[in-house]
Amino acid sequence: MNNLIILPILIPFVTAAILIFFHKKVKVQRWFSALSSIATIIAALVLVQKVHTDGIQSLNISSWDAPFGITLVSDMLSALLVLTTSIVAFVCLIYSFKSIGAEREKYYYYPVFNFLIVGVNGAFTTGDIFNLFVFFEVMLMSSYVLIVLGGTKIQLRESIKYLLVNVISSALFVITVAYLYSVVGTLNMAHISQRIAEIGQPGILSVIAVLFLIVFGLKGAIFPLYFWMPGSYYAPPAPVLALFGALLTKVGVYSITRTYTLFFYHDQGFTHELLQLLALVSIIAGVIGAIAYWDIKKVIIYNIIVAVGVILYGVSVMNIDALTGSIFYLIHDMIIKAALFLLVGIMIAITGTSNLKKISGLIKRYPGVGWTFFISALALAGIPPLSGFIGKLLIVQGGFEGSSYVGAAIVLMSSLLVLFSVMKIFINGFWGVHRAYENEDKAPVKWLLISPVILVILSALYGIGTEAILPYISQAAETLANPSMYIDAVLKE
Amino acid sequence: MEIVMAIVVGILFMTATYLMLSKSLLRIIVGTGLLSHGAHLLILTMGRLKRGSAPLLGEKGPYTDPLPQALILTAIVISFGVTAFFLVLAYRAYKELGTDNIEKMRGNRGNE
Repeated sequence: MNNLIILPILIPFVTAAILIFFHKKVKVQRWFSALSSIATIIAALVLVQKVHTDGIQSLNISSWDAPFGITLVSDMLSALLVLTTSIVAFVCLIYSFKSIGAEREKYYYYPVFNFLIVGVNGAFTTGDIFNLFVFFEVMLMSSYVLIVLGGTKIQLRESIKYLLVNVISSALFVITVAYLYSVVGTLNMAHISQRIAEIGQPGILSVIAVLFLIVFGLKGAIFPLYFWMPGSYYAPPAPVLALFGALLTKVGVYSITRTYTLFFYHDQGFTHELLQLLALVSIIAGVIGAIAYWDIKKVIIYNIIVAVGVILYGVSVMNIDALTGSIFYLIHDMIIKAALFLLVGIMIAITGTSNLKKISGLIKRYPGVGWTFFISALALAGIPPLSGFIGKLLIVQGGFEGSSYVGAAIVLMSSLLVLFSVMKIFINGFWGVHRAYENEDKAPVKWLLISPVILVILSALYGIGTEAILPYISQAAETLANPSMYIDAVLKE
Repeated sequence: MEIVMAIVVGILFMTATYLMLSKSLLRIIVGTGLLSHGAHLLILTMGRLKRGSAPLLGEKGPYTDPLPQALILTAIVISFGVTAFFLVLAYRAYKELGTDNIEKMRGNRGNE
């Protein structure tokens, strides 16, 4: 048995539990969570290497054999996502030190932060559909607290909507699991996949597949189900927003990827075409939002919807190139969205407003912020040496191979408009006449800039070192394309 | 028996949807309560309502399916926690915003 898998869940969990006891001692809280965050990164790195050398790792909790107990499974996709989550969590944490404010820090900010990481890492690692629900709830409950912590008017107003939408989608998740259980009679994901293969996916399973798409689409903000996101993500402070934008929707995307490649791959005619259609409309809707707004937070928030659409389009094409591209793009997007939200947070900290028409000329006094933003904007759009390029290239290539020409063309066009939307921020916010802002001298820009710079360097390395990373990503895509590898690793026949 | 339960669950979902579409925040929370009741009853029903004794080894078999019962127990405590949080949030929102009408809690229009 290999207990390494559980460490990325266990370390933040224990940290959170301990931190509750001395919530007023802010210094201790900071140091302790930073150290545990680094430990999580190391554990995740070791896990990635382990999966790379020894194949898919699975752990039966309390040694109950696979379909009967809860199994944690770490294939390459899970391991890579856990690693990315840990890195994003670490940089958001050190950004929080100087930006979140003592009032929030004293009231359990760090414990809740760690519980959120528990939920996300758990959701990426679990091999049991009901356990996935429980980890979703761990994640969502912490996100409710983080979104409302501080209790300003806008936070209260928006968190009510956020909570309501998620309560409904959680109830739908329970309903869907109940239906699936009555059809296949098991909850272990590998075993479900095996049973579905035995009965050959009759109509009822396509219905369940669409229900799963609705549930995870609500979490992951795809086209008709993204309405809650622009408002809710507008409310919390920058590091929380970065954490949400980078992690929460991606858990929904991961769950769709997992269920559509592991469970419902037998009858792709209806379900995968629906997924493809919704993904493409998400791209269009997101792009429209991103170019329409003059509010820097809103622009980046709508860019999340575009990225979700691009990733899911790659998944829906279901050939090896597109899947590889989707995984590349998923990891790139987690890193770069966190960087962009943190940079937007710095701009708001300096100027005190998120209205782009009231900001200009920042590059004179803050060249570091300006150029970091410029590079991450290029990375977001997918300019070659940076990280967004290879993912989109492979997705477009996969789209053409699967003769889905319109889809691939939409993905290409969306890059142009995404670039336009972020360059709008750069040109209007950083160029132009220099203005004086009220909070300018109070903003700890130097400290805050550390986190996005780390992320941008990682993104550049990720783009330049594609050759080194490709074996890992292909291994992940291979498992997605051959569900039997996953099933064999879990059920060990 | 399953058909009766299915109809009952359907009525619960219908009522919950109706209540959640109303303006008052408290009615919405009552709606979420009914929604989770419906979901829990649905798990029980979907696990098949066969006759059998309680799943305790001391009883004489055959037993009812213990797995859905464990799932419901988990789902109940989770929805209990979320509902408690939601109620307190609604209370705070009422105090701070001075209204329980969800229509009046409109957000920023954004694009001035």
